[in-house]
Amino acid sequence: MVTYDHYLEEPGSLEVEYFSTFGTQRGGNDFHSYWAEFEYGATAWWTTELYLDGQSTFNDSTIFTGFRWENRIRLLKGEHIVNPVLYAEYEQINEADKIIKEVEGHDVEADHAVPNAESRRGHNHEIELKLLLSSTHNGWNFAINPLAVKSLTGGDPWEFGYAVGTSRSLALKASANKCNFCRENFIAGIEMYGGLGDRYSFGLNETSHYLAPVIAWNLPSSWTLRLSPGFGLNDNSHQFLLRWGISREFSGFGATMARLLGGH
Amino acid sequence: MTANVWRRSIVGLAIMLAPGFSVAQNKPPKAADFMYAELAKVPKKAAARTNPFESDAEAPIAGAKLYGQHCGVCHGENAEGGKKGPSLRVSEVQQATPGTLFWLLTNGVVRKGMPVWSKLPDAQRWQLVTYIKSLGTGS
Repeated sequence: MVTYDHYLEEPGSLEVEYFSTFGTQRGGNDFHSYWAEFEYGATAWWTTELYLDGQSTFNDSTIFTGFRWENRIRLLKGEHIVNPVLYAEYEQINEADKIIKEVEGHDVEADHAVPNAESRRGHNHEIELKLLLSSTHNGWNFAINPLAVKSLTGGDPWEFGYAVGTSRSLALKASANKCNFCRENFIAGIEMYGGLGDRYSFGLNETSHYLAPVIAWNLPSSWTLRLSPGFGLNDNSHQFLLRWGISREFSGFGATMARLLGGH
Repeated sequence: MTANVWRRSIVGLAIMLAPGFSVAQNKPPKAADFMYAELAKVPKKAAARTNPFESDAEAPIAGAKLYGQHCGVCHGENAEGGKKGPSLRVSEVQQATPGTLFWLLTNGVVRKGMPVWSKLPDAQRWQLVTYIKSLGTGS
């Protein structure tokens, strides 16, 4: 859910996703944050995505918190033992954003205890870079994503973080009959992610970290459901994050749009 | 301020989709010949691999299911070729060794639009190969 492998969206396909996170909050109100995601396979080596973020804080308010534009570019052709993908994201969000799509720098639980009316006044324009390193062996995928974030407006230093994860399909062989509940439609995994401080104070001091099992259910009808309960690993982390998402892939979306727009 | 953010979001969506359509759609796959040429570039050791599912009676059926889910949109419902992917019923493909097709599925032809399919486990890629080889050159 947080860790990326090296697989991109198929060229010309659009995946539309709704994704949601419920988080517990000490010193404030629990929250429910969400995003809508539009992921398009521009080519076999480039996937581009737009995210629209929002959140509801209990006993507070519901607000739109901004957008992100993400790009993933495959650096090598073919499959290798380790497959690198460059990730570059531009974020224009306010400080009330709580989707916790990644953890960076000295992000801690207390950052999210500020009331929405106050936190939404602060704005972040950031560039986020990740190197997605991923390997698949005997049906297991292993991925590690080091990340670096730089604010484009303030004088904030580069901030760092990480995500690591592994996952596997519950069955490697496909069954002959069309089915929703076949084991090969389920992928299970576990991931860990957290902050690594910033340029001036690199390390684990005053950072938050999470461990989260993940399960995904790919339906033959191109729908996918994902569920992941996450657990904070230190006092700076939210104690519990429950993430879930639903997505639908539209194969051949690009060709359909091109036809509608009077193309081929 | 919220309206401003919305406006920027819409501009962001337009920026995101515009290059995508042009890159993904302005290349009709006259590239079929290039694709078939890729078959000859497969390493000999990989091409020599045998298909562990060759005599599995269910493999072509499972392979057909996988083909419908992942391949048909580009290569055509009946593998006769589509706007984006070449026919798999031609002799170049049908005479290729199972190992060659498996290698091509695993590695894709990324610069020419064929994605890497290693996200499917080995067994499923071999099932796909079994199905593709079962098609023959007829329509």
